[in-house]
Amino acid sequence: MSEEKDFLLYIEGLGVSFDGFKAVDGFNFYMDRNQVHVIIGPNGAGKTTVLDLICGKTKATSGSIKFKNKEMRGLKEHEIVRAGVGRKFQNPSIYENLTVFENLEISHPRGRGVWGCLVFQRTEDVSLKIRSVAADIGLLDRLETEAGVLSHGQKQWLEIGMLLMQEPELLMLDEPVAGMSVREREATAQLIRKISAQRSVIVIEHDMEFVKEIADRVTVMHLGKILAEGSMEHVQHDPAVIEVYIGH
Amino acid sequence: MTYKNLFKSKAETWSAAALALLVLVVLPLLLPIFRLNLFGKYLTFGFVGVGLVLLWGRCGILSLGQGVFFGLGGYCMAMFLKLEASDPISTKIQSTPGIPDFMDWNQLTSLPWFWVPFKSLPFTMIAVLTIPALVAFIIGWAMFRRRVGGVYFAIITQAIALIISLGIDGNQGLTGGRNGITDLRTLLGWDIRSTSAQYVLYYVSALLLFACILFGRYVVNTRMGRVLMAIRDREDRVRFSGYDVALYRSFIFALAALFAGLGGAMFVLQVGFMSPSLIGIVPSIEMVIFAAVGGRLSVIGAVYGTLIVNLGKTTFSEAFPEMWLFLMGGTFIAVVMFFPNGLAGLTEPGGFLSRQWQRWAPKSLLSVFRSEVEPPSEAASEESLLKGATEGVK
Repeated sequence: MSEEKDFLLYIEGLGVSFDGFKAVDGFNFYMDRNQVHVIIGPNGAGKTTVLDLICGKTKATSGSIKFKNKEMRGLKEHEIVRAGVGRKFQNPSIYENLTVFENLEISHPRGRGVWGCLVFQRTEDVSLKIRSVAADIGLLDRLETEAGVLSHGQKQWLEIGMLLMQEPELLMLDEPVAGMSVREREATAQLIRKISAQRSVIVIEHDMEFVKEIADRVTVMHLGKILAEGSMEHVQHDPAVIEVYIGH
Repeated sequence: MTYKNLFKSKAETWSAAALALLVLVVLPLLLPIFRLNLFGKYLTFGFVGVGLVLLWGRCGILSLGQGVFFGLGGYCMAMFLKLEASDPISTKIQSTPGIPDFMDWNQLTSLPWFWVPFKSLPFTMIAVLTIPALVAFIIGWAMFRRRVGGVYFAIITQAIALIISLGIDGNQGLTGGRNGITDLRTLLGWDIRSTSAQYVLYYVSALLLFACILFGRYVVNTRMGRVLMAIRDREDRVRFSGYDVALYRSFIFALAALFAGLGGAMFVLQVGFMSPSLIGIVPSIEMVIFAAVGGRLSVIGAVYGTLIVNLGKTTFSEAFPEMWLFLMGGTFIAVVMFFPNGLAGLTEPGGFLSRQWQRWAPKSLLSVFRSEVEPPSEAASEESLLKGATEGVK
C-alpha cells in the first residue's frame, strides 16, 4: 500500500508480545475518513489488544501507528486522546456517582488542565453542546439522573456520548451492543451511522447482523494476524474465514 | 467566582458557621489562655485534616506521611525564629556567638548555607508556602508517573516520613536533632510567648484555617472536585477523557502539603518548638485518624474530627494515663466500623442520625419533615454504608 494517500489512520507492522506470546503480529491497517471499519474474529484473536495499542493502553513492541500522519507510538494516553482518538471500553465505563449531565460535562475538552479545571465555568456553549450530544444518544430527558441507575444499554450510549463530547476524529468502540436488546441494537446502529457522517469509527463486534448493518469495511483477525479484509460480502465468502469460524 | 460554589450543601454551611462561632467566639470567651493555646495547637492539625480530605477522601490517595509536610513548614518557621533568638548578644557565652546553641554544642563554627536565607522573614514566609508543596509535587510526580498508587503509595509515604524524621534526628548539629529546635522567643522583636501574642496567633491560625476550608470547599465544588472523584473511582476513563491523571494527583498532593506546611508554621508560632517527633510515622498516622473520625469526605468534618480527637487525647491522657492509648484506638476502630464516613457522615441524609430519626420519631412529626428530608430507602442506605465500609478498608 502506498504512503501517498492521506489516511486518517495508518498502521504498519504493529506487534506486541507478552512474555514471548505474540498477541498481535504484523498488523497492517489503513483507514479513510468518515468510515465504519469493523474488526471481527474469534475470542483471543487480538481485537481488543489492537485497540489498546492504538490508544496507548498497551505499549507496542514493534511497528508504527500514524494518526493524521503523526506517530502515536510512545505518546501518553491523554496525549493520544487530545490528538483526536476516543476509546470506549467493553464494559460501560462511566462515572456512576455523577449525573448524566456531569458525565458529559467532564468529558468536554475545555478545562482539562489543572488550572483550567479550577476556573471552569458552565457556560452556555457547554450546556448547548451537552444537550445536543444527549439528544443524539437519546438521554436528553435523563440529564439529571445519576448515571449508576441507567440501564445497561443507556450506559453504553452514555459512554459513546462522552466520547462525542471530546470531538474525536476517530472513535473506537469495543463491543458497543453487547448485552443490548434488539431494539437497542437498532438504535445503536443508527447512532453509529450518524456519527460516521463526520468521523471515522472502528468497531469490534461479534453480532454479524449488526456488523452487516454498519460496516463499510471488515477486517477479520485470527491469532493476532489479519486473516481477510474487505467488504462484508467479500469476507463472508473467504474460504479461510469460513474455515476459522466453522471448521477444524 | 460564584459564592454558590462554596456553600452548595446546607448542612455543611451550617456546620461551618457553627465551627466559626465555636472557634472565633465561644472558645476564646470560655477558656483560660492555657487551654485556648492548646486548642490553637489542635487547629494547626486541622490544616492537615483539610488537605487529607482533598487528597484521601476526594482523590483516593492515602498518604501516611503528611507529618513530613507539617514538619517542613514548621521547621522553616522554627529556623527563622531560632536565628532571631540566637543574636550575638544573647549567645555571647558560646564559643561561636551568633549561631543557634545546638550548633555550638556540636562544634559548628559557622552557620550552614541552607540556614542563611532564613534570616529573612519574607523568604521564610515564601518557604513555608512553597517548600512543602514543591517537595510533595516532586515526590508525587515521581510516583504517579509510574502509576504507583493505593497501598504502595501509602507505604512509600510512610517510609519517607521515617527517613526524614531519622535524618533530622541524626544530624543534631544541622537540625537540632531529637530535641528539635527549641527556645523560640520573638518574631521581629514581638514576644510570641506573651498572653496577648497567644491570642493574636490563635486568631491568625483560625482565620488561615477558615481560608483553607473555603478553598477546599471551592475545589470540591468545581469541575476539579468532580475530576478528582472520577480519578478515585474510574482512573482509566479519566485518562481516556484526555486528562493527565498523574499531574492531577501531584497537584492535589502538593495542595494538601501546602495546607499541612501552613499548619506546621502556625504550630511553631503557638507552641514554640519543632521536633522530629512531630514528623515521623506515629504523628502522620494520627493525622489520618483525625480526618477519618471527622469524615474524610468533608473538609469541615475533618476539622471537627481533629478538634474532638485531640480534645479526647488530652482528656483521656489526663484522666487515665495508662489507658488512654487503648481508648483512642477503640474510638478509631468504632468509627471505621460503624461510621465509615465519620462524624460528617452522621448528619447526611440517609446517614446514621436520619435513620434513627426515621425509626424513633413519632409518626406525626415525620410527616411534617418528610417534605424537607427525603429519606432514602433502608436498603439503599445499608448498601451505601457497606460500600463505604469496604472503601474504608481499602
